[in-house]
Amino acid sequence: MKLNRRAIFGGITAGTLALGLAACGGGGSDEEGGSGDLATGEINASGASFPDAFYAAAIEAYADVNPDLMVTYNATGSGTGKSEFGEGLNDFAGTDSLVGDDDGVEAGSFQYIPTVAAPITISYNLPGVDALQLPQDVLAGIFAGTITTWNDATIAEANPDATLPDTAISLAVRSDGSGTTTNFSKFLEASAPEVWTLGSGDTIEWPANAIAGEKNTGVAQIIQDTEGAIGYVDLADATESKLVTASIENAEGAFIAPSLEGATAALDGAQVEADLSYNPLNAAGAEAYPITAPTYILIRTEYDDPNVAAGVKEFVNYLLTDGQALATENGYAALPTSLQEQAIEALNATIAD
Amino acid sequence: MTATATPEAPAEVDLGGEARSRRADWGFRALVTAAGLTVLAVLGLILITTSLRASPAFQDEGLIGFVTGTRWAPNDDVFGTFPMLYGTLVTSVIAMLIAVPVSIGIALFITEVAHRRSRKYIVTVIDLLATVPSVVFGLVAVLVVVPAITPAYQWFADLVAPVPGLNAIFDDTNTGRNYFTASLVLAIMAIPIITSIAREVFATVPETDKQAAYALGATRWEMVKGAILPHSFGGLVGASMLGLGRAMGETIAVALVIGGATSMSANLFAPGNTMAAIIAQQWGESSGLHQDALIAIGVELFAITVIINFLARVVVRRAEIKMKGAHS
Repeated sequence: MKLNRRAIFGGITAGTLALGLAACGGGGSDEEGGSGDLATGEINASGASFPDAFYAAAIEAYADVNPDLMVTYNATGSGTGKSEFGEGLNDFAGTDSLVGDDDGVEAGSFQYIPTVAAPITISYNLPGVDALQLPQDVLAGIFAGTITTWNDATIAEANPDATLPDTAISLAVRSDGSGTTTNFSKFLEASAPEVWTLGSGDTIEWPANAIAGEKNTGVAQIIQDTEGAIGYVDLADATESKLVTASIENAEGAFIAPSLEGATAALDGAQVEADLSYNPLNAAGAEAYPITAPTYILIRTEYDDPNVAAGVKEFVNYLLTDGQALATENGYAALPTSLQEQAIEALNATIAD
Repeated sequence: MTATATPEAPAEVDLGGEARSRRADWGFRALVTAAGLTVLAVLGLILITTSLRASPAFQDEGLIGFVTGTRWAPNDDVFGTFPMLYGTLVTSVIAMLIAVPVSIGIALFITEVAHRRSRKYIVTVIDLLATVPSVVFGLVAVLVVVPAITPAYQWFADLVAPVPGLNAIFDDTNTGRNYFTASLVLAIMAIPIITSIAREVFATVPETDKQAAYALGATRWEMVKGAILPHSFGGLVGASMLGLGRAMGETIAVALVIGGATSMSANLFAPGNTMAAIIAQQWGESSGLHQDALIAIGVELFAITVIINFLARVVVRRAEIKMKGAHS
């Protein structure tokens, strides 16, 4: 079954690639003149839906730079992206989570390339309460189900100016497995280990007052139509749905409202590992927004087809350089310069010219 | 002369085409046999491949543990599917409780009450309802029904709060995403299917039976009760089973409105999940054993559908013997 799928898919890819090469080989690169060594052909990628808006914008913009390179990104979710990467079905994969043991990706066969990051907002629906400050242990208590009404003493203590009603708290969470859930639960686990005991992962056994919706938009929808709801939604969707967001206590005790600047500050304060994975959650820095989620691209250490290797390198390089300008307007935080340089270096080291 | 020639002519035509029509007959038989076997082969292959992919999950939990376990925790590799099985059965049964009487009513209205001219339009509208994609029902439910219906649910919960038993089934809520909303959506989706088959079934009731009932002085309702319903019972169960199959397998509309909780609640106004919906919700980001477990849910759903269809067949057979026996 697996073999068949791979063979068929490979056949299709090879076929379209050959067609693409035949069609473009003559005209395209000659006309380009000076930049004649641009890659041609077709790049297939799949994975995380979280950075999809950014990748889609970058792919569209890059089609103007090099029309001979066809890049497609299929937002299948990180899990599917990784397993397809392991089976050789895509040329690079997008993922919000690091590669685990049972993801089907061989250790040493890939390199992480961080691309952008985005803040995860804590949005709520509580008429009459326009501003809310949530200390880390209170946030964990709410999502662990130990704090169940809005006028709970711990919430009131952090918000002396707000008039909190006795409305029951409903948690708006993700019904689908999600990198956003992974990052949010990791944050809770790291920031309030005594209160948060539900672990971390792309699905969580939420308490009984949770209502689950599909994707960020589904969660935003629940918050909109449920009085007393609180949930985690990425900044782009929270802004789109005009949700009210809470300020969250960061590692240095300051309450920070979600913003792209806060996210970039968190990236600055994050510790970057040797494999370029990094953890911007609860990062140091007075301005850092504590729930900032990273996203990566997985590239192969070895490509069978030099054409594909060149195409991947060229496109990912664009994402890391000129493409970064597209991040902000699509609701993502660009990489800070230091991380950007490390990523480009890793890309050049992994795919040689 | 002319009298003997006339019967010969058609005989000659038959003889001339015999070889060809025999070949055509053989070809037709081969073609339809192949078509029939294709269905079997596809079904068999689906069963084999899904069972193979699902076996790690069944082995991990044990077959019984997988079906009866109440904890679904992919992060801990614990896969108990009972909450989803419960959700599927509860939503489907409530949907049937709503859809079957309504559908039979519509079908009786069309066949017995409505004017011949308006009948055509009613049938068209019902058939149109059957062609609406399920995601459209789901979106209407989640965008329109859910926000509007929550206060109605709470009102009803307050109303029955003093009644023991009922107050556990219809308890406090602050969300319209729950078992009951999912059941309503399923009922609306099942109604056109059940109605159109029920209509066909009612049409097969012999006119003589109906006239006989009237001749005995029966009112219209007595005629329906005495002539139409007993004659149609088997067909109506079949129609309901098709509707039930639709309800149990419905995925996307349910996934949108059921609330996606992997816990169980007797409260119909609480969020839950169904087997089909959880596959759609969690497939994208699943990998390893989690993905195997989702496929295993598919196998479980398949098995349950087969069992229910089998039971329905037994019910139909017994009831038909009983009903027809009583009236002959």
